Amino acid sequence: MAKRKTPMLDELENGKWPSFVSDIKQEAEAREKTNVDLQIPKEVCDDLLDILELSYKDREGHWKHGGVAGVFGYGGGVIGRYCDQPEQFPAAKDFHTLRVNQPSSYFYKTEYLRQLCELWERRGSGLTNMHGSTGDIILLGTTTPQLEEVFWELTHNLKQDLGGSGSVLRSPNCCIGKARCEFACYDTQQVCRALTMEYQDELHRPAFPYKFKFKFDGCPNGCVASIARADMSVIGTWRDDIRIDQKAVRAYVGGEFKPDAGAHAGRDWGPFDIEKEVIDLCPTHCMAWNGKKLGINNRECNRCMHCINTMPRALRIGENTGASILFGAKAPILEGAQLGTLTIPFMKIEEPYDELKGLIEKVWDWWSEEGRNRERLGELIQRMGLPKFLEVCEVKPDPRMIREPRSNPYIFWKEADVPGGWERDIKDFRKKHQK
Amino acid sequence: MGTEEDKQLIIETLKAKKTKTKFYLRDFNKMFPERRPREVSKLVNGMVTEGILEYWSSGSTTMIGLKGAGVQHEAEDREE
Repeated sequence: MAKRKTPMLDELENGKWPSFVSDIKQEAEAREKTNVDLQIPKEVCDDLLDILELSYKDREGHWKHGGVAGVFGYGGGVIGRYCDQPEQFPAAKDFHTLRVNQPSSYFYKTEYLRQLCELWERRGSGLTNMHGSTGDIILLGTTTPQLEEVFWELTHNLKQDLGGSGSVLRSPNCCIGKARCEFACYDTQQVCRALTMEYQDELHRPAFPYKFKFKFDGCPNGCVASIARADMSVIGTWRDDIRIDQKAVRAYVGGEFKPDAGAHAGRDWGPFDIEKEVIDLCPTHCMAWNGKKLGINNRECNRCMHCINTMPRALRIGENTGASILFGAKAPILEGAQLGTLTIPFMKIEEPYDELKGLIEKVWDWWSEEGRNRERLGELIQRMGLPKFLEVCEVKPDPRMIREPRSNPYIFWKEADVPGGWERDIKDFRKKHQK
Repeated sequence: MGTEEDKQLIIETLKAKKTKTKFYLRDFNKMFPERRPREVSKLVNGMVTEGILEYWSSGSTTMIGLKGAGVQHEAEDREE
């Protein structure tokens, strides 16, 4: 139990949803009774609650901003957190976070999770985030002397490395991919691991103006939301036709198969209506159903995945698979949130990934040269312009990179780019176009 | 890894800054305008390993300074 009263925090335990306050209290009580040889103060969770209560009372935080904390040779993976009231809260005066590089797609053995929990109860606060939004396992709260100890045990006993924090390549993250998903257009886990191993230096030793994230989605469903979060999003796609099993389509229409694999079975939605639920919802109107046969104009398909998700036994991704690569997504710290910009419409994603690595390194070199302090790649692309970025990537502009052809002025053609060039008399132009 | 002269240049430049103890990697690039950023970051990271420099991190951004200089909660968002 907390040493002091925490009436404001207690409010956060009301309601039917889970409460992090209840979780911290539970851990505080467990630490009170445990026989484990705790290496940091037993009262760490109590003090943490009290700091938070004081913050609510004062309406300002009581954590200092960052700090010098880390393990030898690594510039990332540890986030220093120091309390600005160390005498009042001695058990939580330093409460550093460790980011642990997660296994691809979060495959764990229960034995591993038990070992991790045991380690963190003994050498840390016992509190974790499984997982942080960046992907890593987040171990919340330990003291400075314990950092090297935890790192040694993690790497030697659990065979797990620290992840990324600060101005480094953050821990690459991927969806479940071919391990369980029939929509995966490439092996997300394999490429995620390959690039994690290839870029160990960039992951552990700061070399960039700011953070950089790779995320790998096996298909356009985007289960790791790379298009919204990653500086470089690799999203599986195909360049041939969606495979159609017409017999299975008719089985969906006849009610033999449940649409969406039964995912929306909680209410009576009535019989499956292929026109209303699939054909009319196609964003490019590239599908037709004549009562017996489903047709798809694949040239117009924009990979929304709706038809495939609705009728997975009847429709399958194409066989000529690879990925689209987008750059520049980020959350809204500066300049607002940005989605990734399609830069490479299609690339085969196959070992040893030389083409992919070549692209990554061109982008990194440019960003390191031109990027301002704390400028994400997406902001640099915005500042310097997409044509410059395409030059860096050594790719030619393509209509697929333009959000709205004919109305979006994203690409400004240079005279040299257009066969025959052009001559323009500004006076003649002004006769027809006022300033 | 850089030469002793490179290291000395970094140490002296950092020591000459009276009001600032933490620096962005870009500040180090400016000390070696003829070199590629990748080479400079290797040099700087090597000096951290040798214990001459140290990292400071807010969690999102990393800055670098002379080991032991400044306070641990130095604000990261000072002028560039």
